[in-house]
Amino acid sequence: MDSRRASRAVIDPKVRHVGFVTPNAPPDRAQSFPQESNSSPLSASPASNTLSPVMIPPPRHPSENLTTFRTAAIPVPEQTRLRAESVVFEGSYDPTESLSSSSFQTQSPPASSRLFVDEEFSEESWLHRNNSAKFASSSPAPGCGFNLTSVKEVSGGDSTVISEVKKPAEASANEKNEASNDRSKNALPSGPSSKSLKAKTTKSERRALQESQRAAKAAAKAQGNKPAPAASSKAAKQPSQKKEASIAPPSAAASEKKGTDRPSERERKKDAPAPRMQFDDKSRVEKAKKRALVNQTEARNRVEYFRHLPQYEYGTQLPDLQSKLFQLDPMHPAVHKVGLQYLAGDVTEDNGRCIAMLQAFSEAIRDYTTPDEKVITRDLTAKIGSYVSFLIECRPLSTSMGNAIRFLKSRIVKLPLTLSESEAKASLCSDIDRFINEKIVLADKVIVRHATTKIRDGDVILTYGAPSVVEMILTHAHELGKQFRVVIVDSRPNLEGQSLLRRLVTKGLKCTYTHLNAVSYIMHEVSRVFLGASSILSNGIVYSRVGTASVAMVAHAFCVPVLVCCEAYKFHERVQLDSICFNELGDPNDVAKVPGRRDINYLDSLDKKENLQLLNLMYDATPSDYISMVVTDYGMIPPTSVPVIVREYRQEQLWI
Amino acid sequence: MPDVHSLVNEFILKLKKRKVEGSQATARLAAVLLRSVISQQRIGYTNQAGALIDAVKAVGEQLVAANPVEIAVGNIVRRVLHIIRDEDLSLTTAAMAGLNLSAVSDDDDDDTSPDDHPVLSAAAVAAAARSTLRPPSLQSLLEDMPDSAAVPHTSSSGGDSEGKSKSADKNSRSRKLKHDVIEAVNELIQDIDTCHEQIAEQAVEHIHHNEVILTLGSSRTVLQFLCAAREKKRSFRVFVAEGAPRYQGHLLAKELVARGLQTTLITDSAIFAMISRVNMVIVGAHAVMANGGVIAPVGLNMVALAAQRHAVPFVVLAGSHKLCPLYPHNPEVLLNELRSPSELLDFGEFSDCMDFGSGLGSPLLHVVNPAFDYVPPKLVSLFITDTGGHNPSYMYRLIADYYSADDLVLQRKAAPST
Repeated sequence: MDSRRASRAVIDPKVRHVGFVTPNAPPDRAQSFPQESNSSPLSASPASNTLSPVMIPPPRHPSENLTTFRTAAIPVPEQTRLRAESVVFEGSYDPTESLSSSSFQTQSPPASSRLFVDEEFSEESWLHRNNSAKFASSSPAPGCGFNLTSVKEVSGGDSTVISEVKKPAEASANEKNEASNDRSKNALPSGPSSKSLKAKTTKSERRALQESQRAAKAAAKAQGNKPAPAASSKAAKQPSQKKEASIAPPSAAASEKKGTDRPSERERKKDAPAPRMQFDDKSRVEKAKKRALVNQTEARNRVEYFRHLPQYEYGTQLPDLQSKLFQLDPMHPAVHKVGLQYLAGDVTEDNGRCIAMLQAFSEAIRDYTTPDEKVITRDLTAKIGSYVSFLIECRPLSTSMGNAIRFLKSRIVKLPLTLSESEAKASLCSDIDRFINEKIVLADKVIVRHATTKIRDGDVILTYGAPSVVEMILTHAHELGKQFRVVIVDSRPNLEGQSLLRRLVTKGLKCTYTHLNAVSYIMHEVSRVFLGASSILSNGIVYSRVGTASVAMVAHAFCVPVLVCCEAYKFHERVQLDSICFNELGDPNDVAKVPGRRDINYLDSLDKKENLQLLNLMYDATPSDYISMVVTDYGMIPPTSVPVIVREYRQEQLWI
Repeated sequence: MPDVHSLVNEFILKLKKRKVEGSQATARLAAVLLRSVISQQRIGYTNQAGALIDAVKAVGEQLVAANPVEIAVGNIVRRVLHIIRDEDLSLTTAAMAGLNLSAVSDDDDDDTSPDDHPVLSAAAVAAAARSTLRPPSLQSLLEDMPDSAAVPHTSSSGGDSEGKSKSADKNSRSRKLKHDVIEAVNELIQDIDTCHEQIAEQAVEHIHHNEVILTLGSSRTVLQFLCAAREKKRSFRVFVAEGAPRYQGHLLAKELVARGLQTTLITDSAIFAMISRVNMVIVGAHAVMANGGVIAPVGLNMVALAAQRHAVPFVVLAGSHKLCPLYPHNPEVLLNELRSPSELLDFGEFSDCMDFGSGLGSPLLHVVNPAFDYVPPKLVSLFITDTGGHNPSYMYRLIADYYSADDLVLQRKAAPST
């Protein structure tokens, strides 16, 4: 791969196309590309995609294989309709409408939903996870500042009291703030990331602003004046974005004032979620207790570098949650089941987790009935939020799940008001099915098609762990009659490779099994490395099963091309440089015990030693320079093009 | 000598069955065995050194053939051969320079034709011996000049001196050579025993406060090195990668914890993630080749690559018995050993897949479980041996001090004979 890139670099100056010139480029590029791309007609266009300076095919280009493939499953008109709809929502949005009560209802949720979807990924939320959980369950309302304050109150008082105390705050905050918040968010489609960043960066700022501007802003808000943005919708977007930051503080301030203004009707409205909140509360209290315990017992044994990540005492939650299975009415049984599966480690694979979650949500939505005096868009969002926070407690979300949740919430808030409840539910369920189908199942198929073109007879293909996409690729290539050998590299503590090995061997593939340490021994004979990914971040870092980076590094050192296969819905606009700032910690006891090896028991007696720490990292970050190519459902791209995909396709991803 | 034979056979069997593993253990046992071989070797009056060398070589060939991967055994055989040659040389020069030159010349009468000028013959023998023993070095060249000039003078005085009783002299001389050799081998054994301490003494020069050190697997050298720094009141943190499939890292972690070091046990897969926070990688080695490459426990090449990526110094601790005078060729394959697949997979679970009886001629499933890794010299920042720290590029010179050029290839003679 690298040599190819080099040769392209040599070729490019001769051609001297400046800027984005697609039409002429492919022919001569295609020559420099290996013959395999010509061999199958299907791969032709992806191959040229890969090579053209514009890596991403235009979204709805009829001649693309990719899109025909996609549209085979999903009729184009619908897509366009949806897109148009969303465009209408954003482009022709009249700010004055946001002040009217009718649009208020429909418009406000996006702000909140996005807000806390984002929060699920921000580092804060990892620390204040329960806060956000509570926040989610209680109301789809305001920003972090409020969130924190509400939590403070919660810790002080009795749970039922809290709900009441909170409600006025929410009410006031909602009313005052949402109009401004969601407008700015709707106005800027790139809201989520910039918003979350903004919210984070300006937090301290906000505090400062808050004090000085409180009076002025409150007054301004009371009038509901949104002067600047209202004037010109397009031109004022930038200012409004800024405004949002400065407007946010008052909301926090208002919430601190504890909504003395309008308590009653909001309060009544929020009656229904109360039990849920109690549950959250209860569990949070319990959790906090438990976690406090965990922290005390574990604090000594925790690795200093990873104190910012949650680590639980494993095995304590499972029986507890199992016993609660029938007590917790607010938690849908399907969701509960998925949570238990996460906790027990029955579903570990990324796509599997995401699909399980979405299906559980779909089931939950099917059984959902909007309470009286509620709007489905808001209540359901809150409900989903509470489910999500429950799942987070079971196991931190993966990026792909976060993206899926974000999609679902955006769908919910985009529900047309005219739809009846059953229609809305049906539409949501079909949306979920469509997401699963299109973003995961079909995407995998496209990836498989792309990637099998890169397997030639006589290849030795190395893979690490048990990525499901790679398994599909290998199986498909085998079915096509390609002659190749598979090297499965595995590592402790999960040893997923063994199950992959079993499945491949029963299908008749030739396999070699080894452990991670031997990777530089085996790399001599390997001609391709196929890896899976949990997520690809927009600086090209591949965030994946721990050990992937080592494999990619050794492959790089031995000049073996590394292909990362990853569905585009796992891309994320977050950036990261190392594997420490953000990660997930597994059960440390898994490290100490080596199953099946009774001779390795040195650490059995040392569990409680203070100066021994056990670190069970779940993910690591592979630098982009080790990656030759990313195979995704939009084609085969270099890792540097990931942010482009994220930017170009996030809209589509969200609105499908 | 049935007794030596049985000893040799026993050791060979142990090596073959992998009952003895690890460079230090095998090196020590080999040295002890060779010592007894030497002590029991009956030596004639002539060419004593040659006889000893032949005996040691014969045994050494068998030992090396028994388990070629235990490079330390071959190293020890070469070291002993070098010792014999060295002692013989020093005895010869002493004899030549000493008083009883006439006796020497008389001793040599049997093989050299009786000559009128015993003096010259003695000088010739000494020169010949010297040339066989050593490649000509600048020092020997310089030494030779005055020697040849001085020979007539000393010979005349030697000729004048009173002759001693020949038999007594013979006995003493042969005994002296054997005695010296055994003394030197004893020193070698002691060196092997104490190399840990000598390496560990240097720990404080390399480990500072609050350092974060990563190591993989278990090595007694590393353990003592870290403990020595700990005893000097340095406080630092150690990341121990467990080192699949042997999981010796658990053992090391236990030892370190028992000695009060801040220890974190990580999986091998987390090495790349953690190495960006590590100040130094300190590992043991199985053998150090003449080019500065390291035969190391499996997984260390990965660690070395990761360390290079993050510009973390990669320090290898190696006792002098691990220094091998050979240059590696394709060491990942030729100097490696594949261990049992049962360390990776349960036989019961996958026995059907590993079966050759599938009718296709070759099984579908292979399990690869190599024991060693080769770390090329460019990835190594520093070697710490019992003689101090060295650059990888210097290892060939360091190694030349320990071995004679003649002994580098132990098996060459065996090949035609067998």
